[in-house]
Amino acid sequence: MAYFSEAMPRPEPTMDDRPFWSGCAERRLTFQHCADCDEARHPPTPICPSCRSTSVEWREVPGTATVYTYTVIHYAAHPATEERLPYVVAAVTFEGVDGVRLVTNITDCDPGSIRIGMPVELWWDDIGDGMHLPRFTPSGSAG
Amino acid sequence: MGGIQDRSQFQVTAEAIRDAVVDAGLTTADIDGFASYSNDANEANLMQVALGVPELRVASMVWGGGGGGSCGAVALACSAIESGRADVVVAYRGLCQGQGKRFGRHGAGRVNGNFVDPFGLMAPPQMLAMAVQRFMHLYPITEEHLAEVALNARANANRNPRAVMHERRMTREDYLASRWIAEPLRLFDCCLETDGAAAVVITTRERARDLRAAPVDILSAAQGSGPGWGSGALSGHNMPDADYASTNGRGVAREVFDAAGLTPDQIDVAQIYDHFSGMVLMALEDFGFCGRGESGAFVESGALRWSGGRLPINTSGGQLSEAYVHGMNLIVEGVRQMRGSSTSQVEDAKTCLVTGGLGVAPTSALILGRD
Repeated sequence: MAYFSEAMPRPEPTMDDRPFWSGCAERRLTFQHCADCDEARHPPTPICPSCRSTSVEWREVPGTATVYTYTVIHYAAHPATEERLPYVVAAVTFEGVDGVRLVTNITDCDPGSIRIGMPVELWWDDIGDGMHLPRFTPSGSAG
Repeated sequence: MGGIQDRSQFQVTAEAIRDAVVDAGLTTADIDGFASYSNDANEANLMQVALGVPELRVASMVWGGGGGGSCGAVALACSAIESGRADVVVAYRGLCQGQGKRFGRHGAGRVNGNFVDPFGLMAPPQMLAMAVQRFMHLYPITEEHLAEVALNARANANRNPRAVMHERRMTREDYLASRWIAEPLRLFDCCLETDGAAAVVITTRERARDLRAAPVDILSAAQGSGPGWGSGALSGHNMPDADYASTNGRGVAREVFDAAGLTPDQIDVAQIYDHFSGMVLMALEDFGFCGRGESGAFVESGALRWSGGRLPINTSGGQLSEAYVHGMNLIVEGVRQMRGSSTSQVEDAKTCLVTGGLGVAPTSALILGRD
């Protein structure tokens, strides 16, 4: 069972972000890096904002992240989220990967226990048709 | 569905433009330009036909998610007039959410939507709650301070017969009892979802001086965005760390104050884009009315309150309690303050800051004045 219901919008890869989703399909969390100056960027962009290079590499990041900010959502802006209310959306950061925040979910915990700065661990949510989404759970929890 | 059902959004918008032009002492035949923002559905070329505008010389929109471009549209109108491309430009917005898109719901096709939709971050209250949460983590900002923004707006709406919430009182207890939308935002931290339209007529000073209505000066108007914002809090969430818990308005603030030759302490009244209470607090800091992290203490002192506060804001009730028209109604209220006709009139007000939508990119602002 995926975290959200089947009616949830799925990623629809574009020419700019397809490698990110190809990584996710293989349970690999990768971010776009400039192949010339090493700067990471997200969401993907076609040109490096620092050195203007168009050469990119998709580098995998570690599975531990830190909560940068979050919200506990109590209303369904889309009917597919109804049965999950309340749920937590967070922006998380990765050590050693400056300039990248990933919007994701923190699952399997009391929403009231989430704190900015807390460590969280990656798990892969199988949403069917060969796609997986990166979601997180507090470090040390059973998941 | 509530809201306006007997007239189309287009009609409501056309009527607002007609009424604004008549109020100014002009006719729709005097219009030669239209300016709007972020995917306005009420197309200028159709508006030209509807209003009998004989010759259209400028028809343009600025970017800026939601209401980010409200003051930017006025800045565009000013540029068109100053460069001689047009003489009478109308900036407008009409929204009938019951007839089309509701902004509090998931909308397909969002820029970078792939990185938020599958995770359930689907509408602005949820997206900007993330920024407000970080803001409250970094600084001594509490729910009491968010409440003060909402309570101030409601108190002003209670004096404004045109406000949707004119007859609905709100106490601190009502605020705290309102349901969570997306923590730390409660229902009463969020703007209304309303149907309505508003328009502002912009022309040269020379022309305005001869008209029936007392002219109001646009002392400055600017639009802009800080580095790296991209889609900002509306999806990307990768703006620089120093700017994350901000309105993205620091650069625009510098521009409008410099161009007007004013400092924040010379502003008598302000209309600050209140889609969400916490963003108003950030704006008080970003526009220099108090120091970084000091907006909580600032509002706690009663600074926002009419009358007598240091900086009365959102004197019509704002978008929290008057109506949500993507900030165009805030500009109209700014004009009322300069004309002396607000229902929460700041005595002898000579300057009014108005901001566009905050926490989006680009954002915008303007300063109104009178002699």
